Amino acid sequence: MIAEQTTLPNSDEAGTEPIRIALVGNPNCGKTAMFNALTGARQKVANYAGVTVERKEGRLTTAGGHTAIVLDLPGTYSLRARSPDEVVTRDAVLGRLTGETTPDVIVCVADATNLRLVLRLALELKAVGRPVVLALNMIDIAERQGRDIDVEGLAGDLGVPVVTTVATRRRGVEALAAAAIKAANDHATAPSNITGWAEPSAAELRRLHLTAERIFKKRVREARRPDTLTGRIDDVLLHPVAGIAILLIVLFAMFQAVFVVAKPFMDLITAAVTATSAGAAMILPDGLLKSLVCDGVIAGVGSVLVFLPQIMILFLFIILLEDVGYMARAAFLLDRVMGVAGLHGRAFIPLLSSFACAIPGVMSARVIDNRRDRLTTIMAAPLMTCSARIAVYTLIISAFIPDKRYFGVINLQGLVFFSLYAAGMIGALVVAWVMRRLIWRSASEPFLMELPAYKRPELVVVMRSVAQRGQIFLTRAGTTILFMMVLIWFVCTLPVAPPGATEPAINYSFAGMIGRAVGPFLAPIGFSWQMSVALIPGLAAREVAIGALGAIYAVSGGESGGHPLLAANLAHHWSTASALSFLAWYVFAPQCASTLAVVKRETGSWIWPVIMFSYMFALAYASAFVVYRIAVSAGLG
Amino acid sequence: MSELNRLTDVAQACETTLADGRRGFSGVIFAVSVKDVARHSLEPEELERRLLEIGFVEGARVEILHEGFLGRDPIVVRLDDTRVALRRREARAVIVRPDETR
Repeated sequence: MIAEQTTLPNSDEAGTEPIRIALVGNPNCGKTAMFNALTGARQKVANYAGVTVERKEGRLTTAGGHTAIVLDLPGTYSLRARSPDEVVTRDAVLGRLTGETTPDVIVCVADATNLRLVLRLALELKAVGRPVVLALNMIDIAERQGRDIDVEGLAGDLGVPVVTTVATRRRGVEALAAAAIKAANDHATAPSNITGWAEPSAAELRRLHLTAERIFKKRVREARRPDTLTGRIDDVLLHPVAGIAILLIVLFAMFQAVFVVAKPFMDLITAAVTATSAGAAMILPDGLLKSLVCDGVIAGVGSVLVFLPQIMILFLFIILLEDVGYMARAAFLLDRVMGVAGLHGRAFIPLLSSFACAIPGVMSARVIDNRRDRLTTIMAAPLMTCSARIAVYTLIISAFIPDKRYFGVINLQGLVFFSLYAAGMIGALVVAWVMRRLIWRSASEPFLMELPAYKRPELVVVMRSVAQRGQIFLTRAGTTILFMMVLIWFVCTLPVAPPGATEPAINYSFAGMIGRAVGPFLAPIGFSWQMSVALIPGLAAREVAIGALGAIYAVSGGESGGHPLLAANLAHHWSTASALSFLAWYVFAPQCASTLAVVKRETGSWIWPVIMFSYMFALAYASAFVVYRIAVSAGLG
Repeated sequence: MSELNRLTDVAQACETTLADGRRGFSGVIFAVSVKDVARHSLEPEELERRLLEIGFVEGARVEILHEGFLGRDPIVVRLDDTRVALRRREARAVIVRPDETR
């Protein structure tokens, strides 16, 4: 093993600058609750430069008037980093993070009911050479379980101050802040020897663990009334039959909420955007500016806002399930199923969410710790049939697929609809399998996860997390989406149609030119140039293609009002083979600029959206080609 | 090294791995040894350290609490005071001395 030696920079300005406190702890130790208790609402959420790990910082003022900056670091079992989140924790603690000041004091947050592992982490943190304070959080639960802890003895053995806390009720939080500030100041006036940190080998881990175990045995009494509730709940929730049934109900409820509950809010946003646009249209004179404001900017902002209800509802579920402790159980139940495609058990959330919309789906891939697993899931997510495709599927199916019944129950239209869904799902699993098993064959991530004790979620903590999620979407993904919307408006509007034009305006625009130019390329899959043109505004959102088709085939009331008329029109202009090819195209095509924008935001680089665009394009072209050729040879051309 | 291998071999003759246990199986961890674990898992040293970090350490008590519905995989294990889920593939590295009662 290669030892990494670093000397830590000495902070001489500790006297003038506010003290910097870093929170470190195992996953599920109540660290987020502690961060909330310490900083209240004064929090800032951002990303660390270059990585997609969230950076949470807040300010606290003690009763004595001291100000300190608190940094909430991702949960970890050791400083040996395994995921991007843990790399951030390690580098922040060691002061290696560019653009970050080394923390003056590390607060190690421990679940008092589950001290074994965190004592080893505390020893590891102490070895770094920064002052450490141990917070025995959830001490009320430990007391209820009759788990006596010799706090003073523990502090003596570890050689760090120990404070007992109940973060959710703000008990002991003031004392913890005071202890942390004192430790930082003591250290600043009399800097002790600053040692380095080297990644521990297995043998060193065993040695550290033995020390921790000795301290644990000496200072912590076994629980007289251990928590049996979690075990009893698990007997039901992890039952091979009942557990799966409950999981399906939970997922169904989540899916329904994302779809159904979000709908009125989305309609409300759409109505508000339409009203704003109409208002602006009355004020502004006819012309390009009006079009830019109404069809470009306002429609663009609307297309960002409209996702917000789905994202908030989805994250409300995710955060609730995570906080209650169910998420790890669901991952356990689904691990084997997802494992078939080479995915982690937790990948079910992003994939399921993508049935509503790939944007919340891609965002929720954050629940997966391992970077490769996360990327695989993000790459596969947009193939799941999102709700925007439904509008296109319904239109084309109603125009071209006869409303026939077989055996009295199987409706042909329904069957085609189902096949499109199935094709997307199978496609997603195959893509994941190819990425995981063929490209990244070398390192399959083990499924190794602690199942936390069940806890009642704290409403304030949950609500704050959901609000932060919405804010992150609006500020980060929203700006890119808005930019793309305006760009698409530009392509579809300019240059404007000449006076006395006979064709629809879009035919004269760049989109029209591009559509005609790529026409020959799309001819082998049975697309006319008009279809190619409609694909370009469809990049803004898949269902926009319907409006574009309406405009191109000069159907008034293009959007939703003209469906039956448009369907009849399409049936007149397109062959059935072309229509089937169009459907196959829509299953796989990268027809959504917003998704690509979110993938860019979540992966931190343009490489992944480019790969996504390329592979989806190739898949769409190939499947449309095959479908078209088969349909033509079957006499549907 | 050969001495260690010989010892592990002797141990494996009378001990069993966590991967071979069924629901209700309990015992004490005798060794954490990654040498027999399937090659498509992590680097052996890395897997060993991850197991140690989450608490699979010599002397810890284990009990299999739950099994997955497909192929009885993965499993949930009570590990001293905590509950940990893992696949049987990785559980092969945890060598257990079963309790007398079984």
